[in-house]
Amino acid sequence: MAEVETKRSVGRWTAILPVIVVALLVGAFAKRLMDVEGGQDPSLVPSVLLNTPAPNIDLPPLPDRGAGLATADLKKEVSLVNIWGSWCIACLSEHPLLMDVAGQNDIPLHGIAWRDDPTASVRWLARNGDPYDLIGQDPVSEAAIAFGVTGAPETFVVDADGIIRYKHIGPITPDVWTNTIAPLVEQLRQ
Amino acid sequence: MNPELGLFALALALPVALVQSIVPLIGAQRRDAALMAVAGPAALAQMLLIGTAFAALTQAFIASDFSVMNVYQNSHTAKPLLYKISGVWGNHEGSLLLWVSILAVFGAAVAAFGDGLPDRLKARALAVQGLIGAGFLSFILFTSNPFLRIDPAPVQGMGLNPLLQDPGLAFHPPMLYLGYVGFSMAFSFAVAALLEGRVDAAWARWVRPWTLAAWSFLTVGIGLGSWWAYYELGWGGWWFWDPVENASFIPWLTGTALLHSAIVVEKREALKSWTILLAIITFSLSLLGTFLVRSGILTSVHAFAADPTRGVFVLVLLAIAVGGSLTLYAIRAPTLEPGGLFAPVSRESGLLINNLFLTTAAATVLLGTLYPLIAEALELGKLSVGAPYFNTVFIPLMVPMVLLMGIGPMMAWKRSDLAGILGRLKGALAAVAIVFAIALAMSGVAIVDIAGAAGIALATWLFSSSFIEWAGRVRLFKGAPTDTWRRVRALPRASHGMTVAHMGMAILIVGVSGSSAWKQENILTMAAGEKVTVAGYEITFNGAELIQGPNYESLQGTFSAKRGGSSIPLTPERRVYDQPVQQTTEAAIHTAFWADLYVVLGDGPTADGRYVVRAYFEPFVPFLWYGILMMGFGGVISLSDRRHRIGAPRRAPAAAEPAEV
Repeated sequence: MAEVETKRSVGRWTAILPVIVVALLVGAFAKRLMDVEGGQDPSLVPSVLLNTPAPNIDLPPLPDRGAGLATADLKKEVSLVNIWGSWCIACLSEHPLLMDVAGQNDIPLHGIAWRDDPTASVRWLARNGDPYDLIGQDPVSEAAIAFGVTGAPETFVVDADGIIRYKHIGPITPDVWTNTIAPLVEQLRQ
Repeated sequence: MNPELGLFALALALPVALVQSIVPLIGAQRRDAALMAVAGPAALAQMLLIGTAFAALTQAFIASDFSVMNVYQNSHTAKPLLYKISGVWGNHEGSLLLWVSILAVFGAAVAAFGDGLPDRLKARALAVQGLIGAGFLSFILFTSNPFLRIDPAPVQGMGLNPLLQDPGLAFHPPMLYLGYVGFSMAFSFAVAALLEGRVDAAWARWVRPWTLAAWSFLTVGIGLGSWWAYYELGWGGWWFWDPVENASFIPWLTGTALLHSAIVVEKREALKSWTILLAIITFSLSLLGTFLVRSGILTSVHAFAADPTRGVFVLVLLAIAVGGSLTLYAIRAPTLEPGGLFAPVSRESGLLINNLFLTTAAATVLLGTLYPLIAEALELGKLSVGAPYFNTVFIPLMVPMVLLMGIGPMMAWKRSDLAGILGRLKGALAAVAIVFAIALAMSGVAIVDIAGAAGIALATWLFSSSFIEWAGRVRLFKGAPTDTWRRVRALPRASHGMTVAHMGMAILIVGVSGSSAWKQENILTMAAGEKVTVAGYEITFNGAELIQGPNYESLQGTFSAKRGGSSIPLTPERRVYDQPVQQTTEAAIHTAFWADLYVVLGDGPTADGRYVVRAYFEPFVPFLWYGILMMGFGGVISLSDRRHRIGAPRRAPAAAEPAEV
């Protein structure tokens, strides 16, 4: 059996290799950090639907409400589409903010009642207040799948041409509203 | 105590850390004993100062002093005391303060108990510790002051993220940090040895206890994190290959490699420059973990307090520490004396191959974690790397390593006889065959069944061969019981520790394979009074009601599970915390030694009173926790080995004058 022998502990060039690898990594990190600081969204995989036209939907209205929600409704002006359900506790925590938004702004806010019993949706809105302009029922996740919804609540910003410009996952916090969504809506309106 | 006092103590610790790093380095260079002697008292002073700061912040949290911004943002008077205390490190600033506190305690321990260390090595190691401390202290003081005041003081705090209000997560960060910072000791000793130009058996013997302690803490810390994810996130999974999980797992893999290669340096003076490199890499990866979590460049469910400006600071710190030490390595490593000789079949080779598997595994996990980032930097587009990648690359690396783990401890140093070892392991092979057959007979012959049974057979191999190795050492059943007992007592604790840790690993493998292969789940909607059957358990839903907790409101479901006679009550909850408003899921878990019954109350009620219910049968999941605890315990047993405690190793007189810087 041959014995393993090394003349030196480690070769000169081999010893330099780790430094080179680290230098390259640091470069990649630095670039990434600059991107993040430059305002790029750090989330790794944004909605694939971002900057694409809103999907084709034509949802029926809730009982006692005039019209449902269709793609054509999203092509008039900049609007928000909020996915919610009466079963969703996080939606309840987001609700006061939506009420404020509806009261103070003239941005159309549409709702998609996802996987919900229509009477429960109506009861929930009667109890907690109704901030929505148009509401479509989506009992079998037809619209939710088309929009790539991962959970409720979720909110999309759609521009006047019906193109999705932003997606927020989870309840909108006052911070997200003031620093992200409101400025974006302002910008899209110009 | 007063928050300003804490801040002053912290500000004073920075110059002390600088003195601790600069003066002894000059002293070691000039061989000036007086200058070198500064290191010890400076390290003790640093511990006192940082300890004062930590105590001041803890006191502010306990007393709910909302005039301190950090307390205001992360605490609330209605929070239980445990979470007021864990709130200290449940945020960015406080967790960094915990980090430097542990660093200071370790540095002081070297200063106080390192009498056996050669003066120059001790001075240089403490100096490097001082440098790390100075880096982190300036990070805290310049970007993340934990003692920032607000005027006027708010009446009530904003509360701690409810996901963090949990016993598992209260102790997860301190454990991880004890691990990370423990590796900083190995790093400091490695850099000191490079400065000195000398690595020998004595050096390895000083580094090993620190590595062992760090490894044990990190093992338990990762285990706690995994346990938390299992019962708190409510999906019945225990490992998600999430970037932040990986950030702690990668240093664990290289740390495990370091633990083993240091043995080769200690016993045989071989693999020296490799061990030094591993010590540097392991700590660098711990720093990288901190950077990834803090900077927000990778998104994760765990990342809190992401802030790019801080990211720049950590990146600069990382570049200096890692770049500096690796440059020193590039200059010095080629000049280290070559090590001992060994044959291709020998204990040394076995440990070297183990190192190759572990570091390759670490590299693949690192690649998977950073690939999205690298791809974006190179403008290849946004993408994510998920569990399929990690499972595909990780498992094939671990299987041969575990096979080798069965043989390795039996191999002799320098040159070993493989045929003889395999002869001794006939019993293990028989056990593997029997267990594999039983597992298949009990489960079935689908692909998952075969994979699960193979995993358990692999674990059997490791467990039984570890046992045979240990039994052979103590001549179990071969001689008189008194003789065996004498041998058990005489066998070094490190050997007992290895056996326990390797057996723990075997039990962990049973948990991993069994739970991946035979998990059963049933997701459905239920109304009160309805029943569902999962894995032989008949689960009845008795209804749900609102209950009031100390700082949350909870919808609690009542279930009873029945298999055979007695009925088991299960009460999963869905909590809505009031400060801050956030929903959490509390799964109800019933552990029956080898399996868990896991019930989650989902959305509901619908108009007709139905709730979404997820019921899981999780076989072998408890084995994960048993295995991890055994591994950590094995590390502690090994740490208590007398050679780490008594007769601090004396260094052989140097053959030649060590190289100068």
